[in-house]
Amino acid sequence: MYVYNENDQKIIEERVTQFRSQTDRYLAGELAEDEFLPLRLQNGLYIQRLAPMLRIAVPYGLLNSKQFRKLAHIARTYDKGYCHITTRQNIQFNWPQLEEVPDILGELAEVQMHAVQTSGNCIRNTTTDQFAGVAQDEHEDPRPWCEIIRQWSTFHPEFAFLPRKFKIAVCGTQGDRAAIQVHDIGLQIVKNDDGEVGFKVLVGGGLGRTPVIGSVIREFLPKEHLLTYLDAILRVYNRHGNRANKYKARIKILVRAWTPEVFAHEVESEWDYIKDTPSILTDEEINRVKGFFTAPDYQSLDDGEADIELKQRSDENIAFGKWLQRNITAHRVPGYAAVTLSLKPTGVAPGDVTDVQLDVIADLADQYSYGEIRATHNQNLVLADVKKSDLFELWQKAKAGGFATPNIGTLTDMICCPGGDFCSLANAKSIPIAEALQRKFDDMDYVYDLGDLSLNISGCMNACGHHHVGNIGILGVDKKGDEFYQVQLGGSSDSDATLGNVLGPSFGRDEMPEVIEKILDIYVENRNGDELFIDTYRRIGLTPFKESVYAKDH
Amino acid sequence: MPKIIKGSQVVDDSWVIIPKDFSGELPRAKVLLPMQYWLDNKEALNLQCAGLWIDSDEDVDAVGLEANQFPLIAVNFPTFVDGRGFSIGRLLKERYEFNGQLRAIGNAIRDQLFYLKRCGFDSFDLKDGIDLDAAAASLNDFSVTYQSSADQPEPLFRRS
Ligand code: SF4
Repeated sequence: MYVYNENDQKIIEERVTQFRSQTDRYLAGELAEDEFLPLRLQNGLYIQRLAPMLRIAVPYGLLNSKQFRKLAHIARTYDKGYCHITTRQNIQFNWPQLEEVPDILGELAEVQMHAVQTSGNCIRNTTTDQFAGVAQDEHEDPRPWCEIIRQWSTFHPEFAFLPRKFKIAVCGTQGDRAAIQVHDIGLQIVKNDDGEVGFKVLVGGGLGRTPVIGSVIREFLPKEHLLTYLDAILRVYNRHGNRANKYKARIKILVRAWTPEVFAHEVESEWDYIKDTPSILTDEEINRVKGFFTAPDYQSLDDGEADIELKQRSDENIAFGKWLQRNITAHRVPGYAAVTLSLKPTGVAPGDVTDVQLDVIADLADQYSYGEIRATHNQNLVLADVKKSDLFELWQKAKAGGFATPNIGTLTDMICCPGGDFCSLANAKSIPIAEALQRKFDDMDYVYDLGDLSLNISGCMNACGHHHVGNIGILGVDKKGDEFYQVQLGGSSDSDATLGNVLGPSFGRDEMPEVIEKILDIYVENRNGDELFIDTYRRIGLTPFKESVYAKDH
Repeated sequence: MPKIIKGSQVVDDSWVIIPKDFSGELPRAKVLLPMQYWLDNKEALNLQCAGLWIDSDEDVDAVGLEANQFPLIAVNFPTFVDGRGFSIGRLLKERYEFNGQLRAIGNAIRDQLFYLKRCGFDSFDLKDGIDLDAAAASLNDFSVTYQSSADQPEPLFRRS
């Protein structure tokens, strides 16, 4: 992974000093509340319902074991012993003291971490595929490009006060695991007919109040022009985005108002002016950054032999077999596998992880996966480079640690925002819904039988829980001060991304498990063979679900 | 006399900002004309003692390469979170090759000085009541930067 040089380190340390001074001035009454607000947000600091929340940046989800131990230490020392993985691959602490935040940032800087631009109306953390670099279907590793974007976007002087937040995602595969179609900018690494690497550029996707699938504004951008093109897009947006109404301020609204063609034209004209400036990337720089993402020294292993052994183990041990089936992803190197550690056991808020678990996972990473860990936008963790022959041992330890629930990609592997338990913007709680559903659907055989199924929960329109792109999406709504839940069906964030359709009137919290059960029943009754939920939905449409859920009781 | 930050010094300043809805005779002083007023009266004006000010929602391209007839151009920040002025500054300096004094006026805050400087601003008229000497320290919040910008055309990866 990328290792800071003295420049990177200096920038982060100077940031700590700057933020300490801002906090001191605020506490001394020299910096007004409304002026401190955007400054602290640009450093990931929210004031929530109960306490401040500090969001730490995890660039493109990649962490090392040393950083994990530091997070464990912070959770123990400054928080209540846990932290939370967000749907943007970042990490949140829910209970820090405002006065201590500069100290926390100082500690983070020691391990090359920070909270820069994790909130506020600026360019946020760039996200990517959690299997970047090890995926079998990858054209090129997206992480060096994410790092190049990270550096370009960090304290970009022109784009720190945009009309609204701005999110970029990069994927290096044909199938999309980074949800690039629902980002302000989505970049897909592609090759042109001459075999040159570049990017397909999408803009104006997004969830939130007005969910939109992004539009392609350029089929092929030669790679060396990445930063100048991003500058051009951002400049057009910064100059012309709506600043009067925050609900109309995202770039998607501008793109839609102008049409993607006009927007693309504006970007291209801006780009004409700046494309041949020194920001054009050099091969030297691209290779320097790529040099941090070379493959670890994999052993040459016999895949067949490893598979036979795994088969044997799973025949003897059904629980291990299930874990293999759900929590393991194929690796491009023979004899290796990527392991997803589930942070979705029943009874724990999805994505929460304790200090003790953080330490255990750090040890596992050191022992089995070259000391690296990845945070996923599904709020789980990945050890990406595990030898198949180590899987059984790893599973036993993961099980003891409480993160081997074999539910990845299933109904109970829900995406869930912090919701009304923590977030001051919430209309409704989301964590208790997740828990009620996990309790209702605790029969793993039933859950396996349902197969791949995404269920996403957001506590309000801001859609941090990505409810629009869940096969089943649940949205907290406020009805005259009471918490209600709207259900959407048919969303997907895969390469054929679709937004869900609203089922109908919303439900009270207690009704939710039964509503979901009825939906699942309709799916099971109607599916052909092993057809997935999303495919059945696309075939039969909303009506049968609607009829069943809203049928009058006899 | 009002004080501003110029370069990194706190200095007296005598420029008078002419409001957008101005009509009548201009005062005998160093005046900052509203952009639209200048566009409308260009031919008739004697520009000897005039600078220009541009609001955040105005189109700097309308000034374009004529920028250099002014010794000073100010960009207004109606609120400090209105970041359009940063783009206006860079366009003036980098595209329209403006080499006079570029000033931030309105409600920009101390914590933006570093960004403003990088976008080509070299003088800063902050709100009344701010300790300008202390504020000027924020011009140097960072000693390293990644991107190219108005004050540094080379991105970090090209600097040696
Ligand atoms: S979706 Fe709403 S409730 Fe949930 S975390 Fe985001 S803002 Fe808060």
